[in-house]
Amino acid sequence: MATETTSPSTSAAGATDATHPTPVAGVRVPARSWRGDARAIKIVWKRELIRFSRDRLRIVVQLVQPFLFLFVLGGGLSRLASAGTHGVNLRTFIYPGVLCMAVMFTAMFSAASIVWDREFGFLREMLVAPVRRSSIVLGKCAGGATVASFQGIIVIAMAPLVGVPYAPLLILEIFALQVLLAFSITAFGIMAAARITQLQSFMALMQMLIMPMFFLSGALFPVSGLPRWLEILNRVDPLTYAVDPMRRAVFARLNISTVARHTLDPGVTWFGWRVPGLIEAAVVALIGLVMLAIGIWEFSRSE
Amino acid sequence: MSDASVNGAPSQAPAANGLAVSVRGLRKRYGDVEAVRGIEFEVRPGETFGFLGPNGAGKSTTINMLCTLAKPSGGSATVAGHDIVGERDEVRRNIGLVFQDTTLDGYLTGEQNLRLHAELYGVPREVVAPRMREVLEMVGLWERRGTLVNTFSGGMKRRLEIARGLLHSPRVLFLDEPTVGLDPQTRASIWGYIRELKRREDITIFLTTHYMDEAEYCDRIAIMDNGKIIVLDTPEALKAGIGRDRVTIETDDDEAAIAALRESFGIEAKIAEGAVTFAVERGEHFVPRLFGELGVPIRGVNVSRPSLDDVFMSHTGTTIRDAEASSTDRMRTFARVMGR
Repeated sequence: MATETTSPSTSAAGATDATHPTPVAGVRVPARSWRGDARAIKIVWKRELIRFSRDRLRIVVQLVQPFLFLFVLGGGLSRLASAGTHGVNLRTFIYPGVLCMAVMFTAMFSAASIVWDREFGFLREMLVAPVRRSSIVLGKCAGGATVASFQGIIVIAMAPLVGVPYAPLLILEIFALQVLLAFSITAFGIMAAARITQLQSFMALMQMLIMPMFFLSGALFPVSGLPRWLEILNRVDPLTYAVDPMRRAVFARLNISTVARHTLDPGVTWFGWRVPGLIEAAVVALIGLVMLAIGIWEFSRSE
Repeated sequence: MSDASVNGAPSQAPAANGLAVSVRGLRKRYGDVEAVRGIEFEVRPGETFGFLGPNGAGKSTTINMLCTLAKPSGGSATVAGHDIVGERDEVRRNIGLVFQDTTLDGYLTGEQNLRLHAELYGVPREVVAPRMREVLEMVGLWERRGTLVNTFSGGMKRRLEIARGLLHSPRVLFLDEPTVGLDPQTRASIWGYIRELKRREDITIFLTTHYMDEAEYCDRIAIMDNGKIIVLDTPEALKAGIGRDRVTIETDDDEAAIAALRESFGIEAKIAEGAVTFAVERGEHFVPRLFGELGVPIRGVNVSRPSLDDVFMSHTGTTIRDAEASSTDRMRTFARVMGR
């Protein structure tokens, strides 16, 4: 039989069934359930991955900046900085900060996709589906965080080039921290995307935030002995709490003098109390969760 | 065998009142502007129901409310037996949507777009593949399922959206201006697919259009203007209700011709789309008299049987195209008022 499926078949079927050919697959959409929401989260997450894998250029472009910071800035300034680093390679010192920046950039861009989706209408397809809005937001957030973490893995792979050893536990620690950061930044981006409906404004806002957050976080300098105003801004910057535990993990594996350790890795203090790494990680996670909650609330109340 | 199957009535009863759509006093207000001003109508299961009217008449606002995308300011409505405010999820599960603007992901393939939809709507896993094939074949896109949607033409995208809207076997399919922005040939082919899906699926279709010729495909149409339903009936009944032919004449002096028509024949004519237009019974018999008695030189004449255009004109006093132009004026006035 050829592809002509429509007209001739009815006359043959007409003898037995008077109305119309029965559909091959009748579908009954089931009532809302946790399972349905889980499926929705998964497919929204998967879509982000499919789109990311198609966009090879983006993967390459977003690696340019970390390279510039690590090898151009880090390499160029290393001689100048050698007096203060007590024998530690400057690139090793700024590596955690640069990794965080790379993750942050990718996460923000991933969150921008929600603005993009709105402009191209696809957001509507997701918002009218009979699932909880929170499932859509969770899927988006998980997708953005996964994509950003993947970008982070590429930077992690460069670790030996800047004097950070491939110690399994260290890599695991760094990886866990950057996943956490990717999640929080994506959540922040999604929260912002609920209100900012224009891609240009969104991108401008992100650009405006990323650089100050990066510079204030102590990615490029030790966080003790700062001028008062800078110290306050540093402690307020959420990125600080991702960079510091990561640096602490790296420095724990370095064989260096006590002076160097004390100078370069003083650790973040709150009113003289050195904040433990776990609490720092908790701060990042908490910020992410609050952002996510606000994002879900914003998307749920919109019509 | 039950009685129902003998009569060919749809076996699945859409709850309570049995209507596909039931609307009571529905209103929508945006600030000071009332986009929909208390409309009432019913759509029976299996019907193709059309909303006809110029841009800005309130058609899309009504569809948005019925699809639970906008909250009514007043009145109530049920879709597939479920209240559009109180049972949003129930409504959403039972409707398919094709919007005016595309809502496809251009960076995914046609198949991936459908799969995403199936997952979001919780279509049972075992039927996803056969159902996907069925709807893609229905719109003639099965062969192109692996192609990125970005490479599709406007007509193909619309067809894919129709397929996607049908994927979860909705009771009611909403098509908001399904052919807007497409060339006439593509429009005709889209209508071919819509008629085909009517034949294959047990479904109610609710559509909006501002093309008069498309309204003829509907079982019943409601003409909407300025937020209100002006008239609602079958296309045939509406046209029969006019009873008169439309005559348009081209003259050297339109003003004089209108005056002469009033004095000599007692006919009220007006300028529509640039020509003197009026309605008379038995137009072909009237034209010879016209040439003899008008007294204004006539350069051209056209007599046409009543169309839905005339229905629109007889109920609103303008053609749909002129109504669109003046609704743009209204928008400008509105903008001025708001600006103060």
